[in-house]
Amino acid sequence: MNYELLFQLVVNGIIIGTLYGVVAMCFTLIYKSTQIVNFAQGEFLLIGAWVCWWILGEFQIPFFFGFLLCLAFMMVFGILLQVVVLKPMIGEPIISVIMVTIGLSIFFQAVMKWMFGVFVKPFPQVFEVESMNVLGLQVQTAYIMSFIISIVIMIAFAWFFKYSRMGLAMRATAFNQQVAQSLGISIKQVFAMSWAISAMVSALAGVVVGIVNGVSSSLSFFGIKVFPAVILGGLDSIIGAILGGLIIGVMENLAQYVDSELLHLNNLYAVAPFYLLVIILMIKPYGLFGTKDIERV
Amino acid sequence: MAGHDSMRCGEFRTTYRADTTIFPTPWSRNFAILGVAVAATCPLFLEPYYLNLMIQIAYLGIAALGLNILVGFTGQISLGHSAFFGFGAFASAWLNNVWGIPVFFAIPLAGLWTTAVGMIVGIPAGRIKGLYLAIATLASQFILQDFFARAEWFTGGASGALAEPFSIFGYTFDTDKSFFYVALTYLIVAYVAGANLIRSRDGRAFVAVRDHYLSAEIMGVNLTKYRILSFGVSSFYAGVGGALFGHYLGFVSVEGFDILLSIQFLGMIIIGGLGSVMGALMGTAFMVLLPEVMEGLVSLMGSTDWGSAKWFVDGVPYMKEAAIGLAIVLFLIFEPDGLAHRWRLIKAYWKLYPFSY
Repeated sequence: MNYELLFQLVVNGIIIGTLYGVVAMCFTLIYKSTQIVNFAQGEFLLIGAWVCWWILGEFQIPFFFGFLLCLAFMMVFGILLQVVVLKPMIGEPIISVIMVTIGLSIFFQAVMKWMFGVFVKPFPQVFEVESMNVLGLQVQTAYIMSFIISIVIMIAFAWFFKYSRMGLAMRATAFNQQVAQSLGISIKQVFAMSWAISAMVSALAGVVVGIVNGVSSSLSFFGIKVFPAVILGGLDSIIGAILGGLIIGVMENLAQYVDSELLHLNNLYAVAPFYLLVIILMIKPYGLFGTKDIERV
Repeated sequence: MAGHDSMRCGEFRTTYRADTTIFPTPWSRNFAILGVAVAATCPLFLEPYYLNLMIQIAYLGIAALGLNILVGFTGQISLGHSAFFGFGAFASAWLNNVWGIPVFFAIPLAGLWTTAVGMIVGIPAGRIKGLYLAIATLASQFILQDFFARAEWFTGGASGALAEPFSIFGYTFDTDKSFFYVALTYLIVAYVAGANLIRSRDGRAFVAVRDHYLSAEIMGVNLTKYRILSFGVSSFYAGVGGALFGHYLGFVSVEGFDILLSIQFLGMIIIGGLGSVMGALMGTAFMVLLPEVMEGLVSLMGSTDWGSAKWFVDGVPYMKEAAIGLAIVLFLIFEPDGLAHRWRLIKAYWKLYPFSY
């Protein structure tokens, strides 16, 4: 047994897992408040990372300001997307809603490839030191930053939904749209806000991954990895999404460990989450924290 | 008695039997026969390039009809259709290469194999629906794709599998011209069988499950059985379509049966019209011809400075890909019932012309 490798993989898993958790949280946020399943979540990461990369390269401004500009862009983008494309889909059957977001994801992926090419492009140097020593392990600085940022985002989300006026309005809308509307909550605003927040936070995750691995169209695969995480946690639970992301991240790396040490099948880690996904759907389709929907006629 | 017969305007059906015929009017039947006859003469005067497009429409159309039975008629969702399409292609090549079964029998056998796989994948459908089912089938897409890459005994791994051309009674259909007739025959059989399935008891059960599954269950429709059956039928069509694809190209590669093709299949039936047999074919034709039409437009613009700019010419493959996504989104927003609905409107307009009110 190679304990050092195992430990390294578990730490990697936790760090990647928090990123999955953040993206899954954004996905859940949209699903909870607008009942729309966003298959284009991965493209938010992709667009965010490319826009940030482009701003930094084009205007030569410090990373922090470029990043803020990128977030502003993503906010406008998220709101526009909701108003132009997704508003007409309210009340349509689920297959239409799913297909609209899938169509959007194909469209954005192709446009991004067209504008920025298919090759991996590295981010300009952001941190002074490439990697740090944590408990005897070499961990990339960007990953540590991402871990800290993810935790901060999660705490911010918790505060937002518990205490802020907008957050309470969003929870009320998620609970019952008609009742929320009758109490004076602007559903329009809530919908637009949830898309904007989701796009912004996803873009943040995209930038973090872009700093570590370079920006390329493979970023959008995060959007697909999110599904095992959200299903595991229960589709409409934010805590479930975070926990699901962590579990999937660690499991993926453990699968890689088992694969490299014992089984010697290649690429097991890439499909392992999907096997897990099928098993969860068979035995506990509503996940760990999801609400079981009971239909009455 | 000149009677009411001559007074007719529009369609009036007085028996259930008349209401469930394949063709609602004699005219539509005659047009269908005429269409098949015209299609059959196509190889005489069309270039191989256009025949190739028509063959593509045929085998993809068969698979798309399968998906429409699953999604449009039964109301289930599958994001893994291309994996079944690929499985059919590999299964047929494998049966032919390893077991020496003639291609003529290998194609339906491959369809049956794919049915078995589809039913296994469909088992979760007995319990879950909607979004959960979409994600479960998405998982099966990745698992099957992984299987294709891994199972070298079956698919030939990274080097792919060779497939013999279609042959019967010693005559080999290895040119575009001759294979066109094979594809056309399969297409007609598949579509007539599909239209008949919808008229049958099982077809009505599918529609009942789609419209309101609780009421269907109360009426005595076995939900689990029909959901899994629907997955089976849909994968049978996908398998046959895939097998035709394999024997037409002569080579099946592990790449290409990816999520994008699955989405294209879904795009075909959405553009064509969910829950319409002919819609599946129209949607397939749209999806196959869209990139070709774009290519044509680009070559028309070739002489202008916009058309010869490097960024524009290099972007054409991505534009085609983006057009697929855009077409799906625009159809869902502006014409959610698809081309089949548009076609019905056109027919209704001319039927009552000029007194359309």
